[in-house]
Amino acid sequence: MPDKPNGQDIVGRGNAEGARLFRDWFNSLTTAKERNEPAAYVFVMGSLQEILRVFDYHTVFPEIHSLQMAVRRVAHEYLMQAEDYGYSPDICGYVKADVALQLRGGEHPMGTIPKPSLAIMTNACNTYMKWGEIWERMYDCPTFTLDAPGSRAIKSLDWRQNSYFESDRKYVEAQLRELIALCEKLTGKKFDIDKLRDVMEKTNRMSRAYRRVLELNKSHPALFNALNEGTIFLGVVNALRGTADGAKYFEDLVVEMEYKAAHGIGTLRDEKYRLSIVGVPCYPIFRRFYELFSEWGGTFVTSSYLWFASGGADLGFQYDLNRPIESLSEGVLISLRHAMDAMFFQNQWIIDQIDSYGVDGIVYHPIKSCRTTSTGLADNRRWVMEARDVATLFIESDMMDKRVVSEAQMKNRIDAFFEGLATRRLHAQAAA
Amino acid sequence: MTVFNEWRNKPLDEILYQCRELVEDTDFPTVKKWRADGGKILGHFQVYFPEEIAHAAGMLPVKLRGSQIDRKRADSHFGSYLCSIVRSSLELCLTKTTDLDIFVTHPICDVARNLAGIWGRNFEYPCQILYLPQNANSAYSVQYTRDEYARIQGEIENVAGKKISEVALRNSIRVFNENRRLLREVYAIKRETPWLLSIDEAYVLVNLGGLMPREEHNELLAAVIPQIKTRAAKKQDKIRVVFEGGFCEQPPLDLLRVIGNSCYVVDDDLLIGLRWILNDVPTDGDPLMNLANAYINDSSYSPVQHDLRKPKEKMLYKRLQDSGAQAAIVTAAKMCEPGLDEQVAYSKYLDEKNVPYFISEFEEKMTGFDHMQIQLETFVESILFE
Repeated sequence: MPDKPNGQDIVGRGNAEGARLFRDWFNSLTTAKERNEPAAYVFVMGSLQEILRVFDYHTVFPEIHSLQMAVRRVAHEYLMQAEDYGYSPDICGYVKADVALQLRGGEHPMGTIPKPSLAIMTNACNTYMKWGEIWERMYDCPTFTLDAPGSRAIKSLDWRQNSYFESDRKYVEAQLRELIALCEKLTGKKFDIDKLRDVMEKTNRMSRAYRRVLELNKSHPALFNALNEGTIFLGVVNALRGTADGAKYFEDLVVEMEYKAAHGIGTLRDEKYRLSIVGVPCYPIFRRFYELFSEWGGTFVTSSYLWFASGGADLGFQYDLNRPIESLSEGVLISLRHAMDAMFFQNQWIIDQIDSYGVDGIVYHPIKSCRTTSTGLADNRRWVMEARDVATLFIESDMMDKRVVSEAQMKNRIDAFFEGLATRRLHAQAAA
Repeated sequence: MTVFNEWRNKPLDEILYQCRELVEDTDFPTVKKWRADGGKILGHFQVYFPEEIAHAAGMLPVKLRGSQIDRKRADSHFGSYLCSIVRSSLELCLTKTTDLDIFVTHPICDVARNLAGIWGRNFEYPCQILYLPQNANSAYSVQYTRDEYARIQGEIENVAGKKISEVALRNSIRVFNENRRLLREVYAIKRETPWLLSIDEAYVLVNLGGLMPREEHNELLAAVIPQIKTRAAKKQDKIRVVFEGGFCEQPPLDLLRVIGNSCYVVDDDLLIGLRWILNDVPTDGDPLMNLANAYINDSSYSPVQHDLRKPKEKMLYKRLQDSGAQAAIVTAAKMCEPGLDEQVAYSKYLDEKNVPYFISEFEEKMTGFDHMQIQLETFVESILFE
């Protein structure tokens, strides 16, 4: 029987271990570049690592290496280089930062990024495809687009009710088989279905635990902050998907979170307000953005980012290893649909969260760089405010470009938001 | 029923004037007339929709391509960094200027794919995404597209209150084949004798296809094309250019007129969705399969379709060569990510090929063109007096 968990050993372990695993993964990319090992460029929504790991590809996530430039406060140098090259200030900052990185031969503040041997785009974000076209032109590298059709309407989000689901699944399965054939051709390696099963089993463990971690944050006080600690979890859930380390990390994280829940250990010492954030974090002032809320006792207990930027891993989809390819096509389609729904049709889920997570206020954070996640947010907010009496805040900035991040203005708006929350609470207490 | 009769029995210049008035009319009178006469309307956002399916159900497929309408309600539904076309298209629907029975958008860009959610939260009628394939290179993509067309056909049948027969669908394909043939004639005039038809005149003739029944549009085009061909107009000393960047949000007509003052626009991608399919769609066999196959394998190109067979910069270069153009006007709508991305690819490739180009941005609601006119004239002179 295993020893009872020791709190001193496990509280905070997820953050430290997540950071270590992430650094190790980043270092492995530098090594891959030095050794000229094949690297596939992939995206967080639909990385298809279940297949790529069978062929021993390293996986590069351009979204992740771009956001790391913002967190490390060098993004502006890359953005300006890409703009000098010809790109508009009004397009995705991730794309521009990556373009400049490619022009610099992969130079990144955390290491060196290898060139793509293969790039895989999905339709979860249209900019993925435009981005892939840039690599096609730069490197003449093979690219593959996985098209996983999403939900067709706000009133038909449950795939089990969709008569067309099987047609979509067959389309995805056909494409996965085409990708396998392409990988065989590019690597000269024969596809090993048992190796696929092994990777899928690890993804199953990881997804199951990831889902459990998110559910555990319904605890009062919240066990982790979905904004900053959530971003560490996202780094691991993406970069280490389908690995033993990744699966173990999340299983250990469940143990940590269950321990914290049992002992009432929150991420904040004094949690006053439970918040939900809809959109992408403000990476150019990542820590400060968090503090603007935490200084008021506000904790982000959940975020749409943890859904879509995990590629829908929050669903915890479990592959059937007895029919791996068919099940992979189902899992990829259902998870990607879920990720897209989290960006385009998330209004009812937000309402559901208010109850299940005890949310006091919702922060909408549309950004210049990402129209995928931002276009519907103002309208979504209107709908949610009509449906429920809940405090909301709408602040626009960016995930990469500090030129459109005004910390002082942001602080004024956030302070006013919390003053409003305090007033609401007083009124509620008076009414009771 | 007919919805546009002002052109009948008029001389060519008067017809073109009436067409221009209609295209610029922010009240969309032809759409309103169709509705007033009891007709049902399918509104589809840019770029391409298989309109034959709605037509076969007896509905009017209307292309939602924005408008220069004053926006009073729609802006509060959007954030800051977005193109104008989605705002004005929503305004048209919120104000019931275009009162729809079903709305369809497509996964053409990050903004457009959000529209099913936005419409769905604001209107009771069905608001759908037609999931056009994003992997045109998969061997399964035609079958998938055919299945998706069958799905949307079911949605349309529910709205129309009637089943669409294969006979009706084949008949609609014939009508649209005729429309595409006539539009090819219009573009042949532009390419071969551009002095007979300026870019703004050609544009209004094409644009009307999205606002009226295709039979009526066919009748109009069949009447004006012979008159254009026999028009008394002299060839002028203008450079031949291709205009690129009008695949979704539309530039103001006055901007096209400014370009036409100093250039012969011999080809363009304006409203490319109406001309997406390049040849006749077969009328035998499975009509939906034929439409699906044409969409993927017999079609034009645009920045919003990724197809390994059609690298956009090479397609633009081919368009330049096929039309005998000397230069390109490479535009993008403000805040249009696909258009802005493509500008870089186009310019780098045209540099490589030593083709002169003029880069610009536009917005559907822009009203001042002096600055652009001066820049464009300078560009034209640099070519004329090279």
